[in-house]
Amino acid sequence: MKNEAIKIFQKKKQNILEKWITAQLEVNGMNDDLITNDDLRIQSEELLYTLIDNLSDSNISNPEAHEFDPVVDILSSISISRAKQGYSPRETGNYIYSLKETLLQVLSEEIKDPATLYTQSMAINKLLDSFSTSTFETFIKGREDVIYRQTDEITQISTPVIRVWDGILALPIIGTLDSSRTQVVMESLLQEIIDTSSSIAILDISGVPAVDSLVAQHLIKTVSATRLMGAECIISGIRPEIAQTVVHLGIDLSSIITKSTLASALKTAFDMMALEVYKKKSVR
Amino acid sequence: MEKIPILRMGHFLLVTIQVDLYDQLAENLESDLVNMVSKTNAKGVLIDISSVSIIDSFMGRILGNIATMSKIMDADTVVVGMQPAVAITLVELGLPLKGVYTALNVEKGMELLRSKILLEEENQQEDDDEADNPE
Amino acid sequence: MMTRPIILSSDSINITRETDVVPFRSRVKEQAVKIGMSLVNQTKLITGASELVRNLLKYGKGGTVMIEIVSRGRETGIRLTFTDKGPGIPDISKAMTDGFTTGRSMGLGLPGTKRLMSEFDIKSEVGVGTTVTVIKWKNG
Repeated sequence: MKNEAIKIFQKKKQNILEKWITAQLEVNGMNDDLITNDDLRIQSEELLYTLIDNLSDSNISNPEAHEFDPVVDILSSISISRAKQGYSPRETGNYIYSLKETLLQVLSEEIKDPATLYTQSMAINKLLDSFSTSTFETFIKGREDVIYRQTDEITQISTPVIRVWDGILALPIIGTLDSSRTQVVMESLLQEIIDTSSSIAILDISGVPAVDSLVAQHLIKTVSATRLMGAECIISGIRPEIAQTVVHLGIDLSSIITKSTLASALKTAFDMMALEVYKKKSVR
Repeated sequence: MEKIPILRMGHFLLVTIQVDLYDQLAENLESDLVNMVSKTNAKGVLIDISSVSIIDSFMGRILGNIATMSKIMDADTVVVGMQPAVAITLVELGLPLKGVYTALNVEKGMELLRSKILLEEENQQEDDDEADNPE
Repeated sequence: MMTRPIILSSDSINITRETDVVPFRSRVKEQAVKIGMSLVNQTKLITGASELVRNLLKYGKGGTVMIEIVSRGRETGIRLTFTDKGPGIPDISKAMTDGFTTGRSMGLGLPGTKRLMSEFDIKSEVGVGTTVTVIKWKNG
C-alpha cells in the first residue's frame, strides 16, 4: 500500500507549489531584487516536483537514500548560487523551511486520523530537516569559495611586477610575507625576469609591516632563486625598525644586497649595468 | 648508448641538455665534458638547461662537480636558462649550486664567460708587465 | 588527528633499475597534470619523488612505488608510497637531519624532500624495510 502522505503530495502538487511560493513571498525581508518571481517559480517547481516524484514508501524515512540525490543536487546548486548572489543565511533557510511548513500544513488539512498525521508529519519533518542541513553545508561552502577566490585575487593583485628600466624590474611587496605569498612573489618575479630578460630585480619591502626570521628566510629564498636563474636581486625599503629587528634577531642578511630606499637600489642597479644618469646642461 | 653532444665554439664548450637525464647519462656527461675541457684547452663551459624540467640533488651534484673540475683545469662554468619552477625547487631543496655561475640565456652566458676571460687576460698582462720591469 | 584522505585512483610501479626512474617520473607528472597541479608544485613533487626513488634504488635495492590521486576536504593531491625491503634505517631522526648521509650523495635527500612535500611520513624497521609516504596537494 502506498504511503498516505505521498498520495496526497502527488495529488496536490500544483496546490502545494502555489502555497509554497505565496509563503516564500510573504516572508519578511525577502530580497525580491535578487531574483524575479518567475525565476523563483521555476526554481521552486523543479525542486518540489523532483522531491515528490522521488518519494516512495521505502525512502520517506531515509533521507540518505540515493533516490534523493537529484533533490540534494538541486538544493546544492540553489544554495551555492544564493551564497554567491549575497543572500543571507536566513533567506536561504526560509526557502527550505517554508517548504516544510507548506507540506506539513497540507498534511494536516488532508489527514484526519491524528495518529497517522503524527507519524507522517514526523517523517516529513525529519526528511526536510536533513535537506536543510545539507542546504546549509553547501551554502557555507559557497561562501567559502567566495572567500578563497578573493584570497587568490588579493594575492595576485598585491604582487605587481614593474619594469622600471630596460633590464630592471621592481616588485613592491605590501602586506605580510608568508610562505604561500612568497611562492606567488617568486613565481611572478622569476617569470617576469624570463619574459623581459631582465638581469636585475628590486624587491621593495617598505610595505611589509614586520620582518621576523621567517620573513627574512623567505626573502633570502627569493634572492637565491633569482640568482640561480642568473639575475641579481636587491632588497630595498629597509626601514630603521626593520634593520633593528633584523639585528636583534640575529638574522644574517649579509649575503644579499640591501638598500634603504628604492631610489638607492635603482642607483645601484644602474651602476651594475654601467649606466649613468646626467642632469642636462641648460641651453641658453 | 645515448650521449649528450658537446659543441666547441672558440674557447668555449657548449652543452644543451634536451632530455631529462637519468643518472648514468649525467655521469657520462660529467666525464665527457671534463675530458673535452682538457683536450680542447677550453676556457669556459656553457650548459644550457632551459629544457630541463627537473634538477634533483644528484643532477645538482653533477653540475657542481663539472664546475669544480673545470675550475681546477682553469675553465669557468656557466649554467644558463634555468626554469623558474626549477629554481624555486632547488632553493626549497637547499641546493645552492656552489661554484656555478648562472645567466638568463645563452647570449648572456657567453657575455659572462667572455668578460671573465678578458679579466684574466688583463691580469695576465699586468703580471707580465711586472715581470718585464722588475724595478 | 587528520582525517584519512579519499583515494580517487591508484597505480603501482616497480623500480628495479636506474632506467626505471625516468618512466616513473613521467608517470607521476602525468597524474599531477591530470589534477591540474601548478607547474611549480609539479616540479617540487617530481624532484622530491626523484630523490626518494633514488634512495629506494641505493639503499633498498629497488622496491615499489604506489602513485595515488587522493582528496581530503577541498584539496586534491598526489600521494606516493615508496616501499622497499632493504636494510631499514636504524635512526630516523638522524636521517632527517640536514647534512646527514651514508651513501655518496649530498646529504639533503630526506630533509630537503620533506620541504618540497605537503606531507611526509617515514616508517622503517631494521632488517625489514622502509616505507616513505608523501603527499603533495595541488595548491599546497
